Amino acid sequence: MSVQIEIFLQTLIAGLLLGGLYALIGIGMTLIMGVMKIINLAHGELMMVAMYIAYWLFVLFHIDPYVSVLIATPVMFFMGVAIQKYLINPVMKVESILPENQVILTVGIGMVLSNMATIFFTSDYRSTPVDYASNAFYLSDYWRDSPIELSLSIPWTVSFILAVIITVSLWFFLTKTDTGKSIRATAQDKDAALMMGVNVERMRVVTFGLGAALVGAAGCLFIPIYYLYPALGGKFTLIAFVITILGGLGSTIGAIIGGLILGIFESMTATYVGMGWAPVGRFVIFIAALIFLPGGVAAILRRHKLGK
Amino acid sequence: MLEVRGIDVFYGDVQVIWDLSFSVSEGEVVALIGANGAGKSTTLKTISGILSPRKGTITFNGEDILKIKPYRLIEMGIAHVPEGRRLFVEMTVEENLDMGSLRGTARKERQRNKEMVYSIFPRLKERSRQLAGTLSGGEQQMLAIGRGLMSMPRLIMFDEPSLGLAPILVKEIFAVIENIRKEGVTVLIVEQNVKQTLSVADRAYVLETGKMVLEGTGKELMDNEHVKTAFLGV
Ligand SMILES: Nc1ncnc2c1ncn2[C@@H]1O[C@H](COP(=O)(O)OP(=O)(O)O)[C@@H](O)[C@H]1O
Ligand SMILES: [Mg+2]
Repeated sequence: MSVQIEIFLQTLIAGLLLGGLYALIGIGMTLIMGVMKIINLAHGELMMVAMYIAYWLFVLFHIDPYVSVLIATPVMFFMGVAIQKYLINPVMKVESILPENQVILTVGIGMVLSNMATIFFTSDYRSTPVDYASNAFYLSDYWRDSPIELSLSIPWTVSFILAVIITVSLWFFLTKTDTGKSIRATAQDKDAALMMGVNVERMRVVTFGLGAALVGAAGCLFIPIYYLYPALGGKFTLIAFVITILGGLGSTIGAIIGGLILGIFESMTATYVGMGWAPVGRFVIFIAALIFLPGGVAAILRRHKLGK
Repeated sequence: MLEVRGIDVFYGDVQVIWDLSFSVSEGEVVALIGANGAGKSTTLKTISGILSPRKGTITFNGEDILKIKPYRLIEMGIAHVPEGRRLFVEMTVEENLDMGSLRGTARKERQRNKEMVYSIFPRLKERSRQLAGTLSGGEQQMLAIGRGLMSMPRLIMFDEPSLGLAPILVKEIFAVIENIRKEGVTVLIVEQNVKQTLSVADRAYVLETGKMVLEGTGKELMDNEHVKTAFLGV
């Protein structure tokens, strides 16, 4: 019996830790979605780029991936800015191109990034063997007579805590600064934002940069606990997409909750159904969200807050 | 102060404003009246730079504002309280007011102006932490006006501020508009509520299917036969 509880709790913890990182990935995509009304289908590929940055910084200069967050995040910000300014914006200005086709442009950007990674870095699996990789906290070290034993992997925990810190900072930015408020205002009503003196075009650029920076940070947090290979981008684009749908397009809180739900669900699927089944779980949750939860978690939150 | 000269405005290929000209002088209350679909909102949207005219000029204090980036207009002193309020519904009342004071002096005077808006509309102060989307229609209109005032405008444009409000609230809103003009702010107002509007307006223009058909003082138009049959239901 206690073994059952132990497995359940351990699975739940693993899911929560994974979910925290997923949330960070999802927030980036949902912010971009909110402001630009397009799904960035190069999102996972941007994360892959950040992971290669962290990887090479580790291999060449022995820089810890957690320190690389401080380097890769600004680099990704400027990369996002450049993509929006020089690739997406010119296409958005052509009225004859439908928004659907603007999305296809992001698919193209993603494909170019992953192909370039394959050309330059081959499709080998890579990782950053940090020396604390397999360290963990054990419940019994803190509570000698504990009836069950739980462990908390140190890199997973550190990554989770950093993801929470980044998310909280983002929340402060979006709610306490004029630029943050302008981003939210642009997402809610871009014409009204323009009337209020918001430079809407600049907000689009900043938001794409911010989305790329967030997923870049997530990449650095993932690399100590994950394998890196060029095709990983596509997988994480899909994950971000599922979280965005589950959370509700454009909703930051929705993305956080959606990320946690997906993380826990995947972890449960892996434990109770089988290791290889996590992608199936992801797919099931995606379909279920589309059918049973139109508008996602955000729709439920809105119903409660706006009384509608 | 505001000079609109011979503008043509299109939505895609469809022309909705034809060779429209009018002007607003400093300190005036000027009304644009006309039936639904006449092009009143389109005119205001063109002044605030959301739409661009294909022909014609718009100047504000002598400056060609068609050459100025739309997001800079508010800093020049032009505020737009749009049709349907267009609040940021998932932001709080206070955040909406903040959005009205992003630039220039208005940014520095934000706190003081917020107190000023709260003194005009005490209800907004009580609800300052509530999401704008949860306010009643009247409160939303107050917030939209308050947000416009936060920019310390020299010209404020109202698009149907009384739409959908109970008579008592309509009175309150018009009283506030009177006070705004007493403070020396120039007002350009678009309304369906023609009777009340003409009684506060110094001058008014009548628009029909995108063309200017009449102009005169508020009193002249009130006595005009065409206006009487078309708008006053006399
Ligand atoms: N976004 C739009 N796209 C196309 N046509 C529009 C749009 N907005 C308004 N129109 C058309 O332009 C004309 C003028 O509309 P509008 O300026 O809103 O009138 P008013 O404010 O006087 O009621 C109407 O015929 C309306 O159908
Ligand atoms: Mg209108």
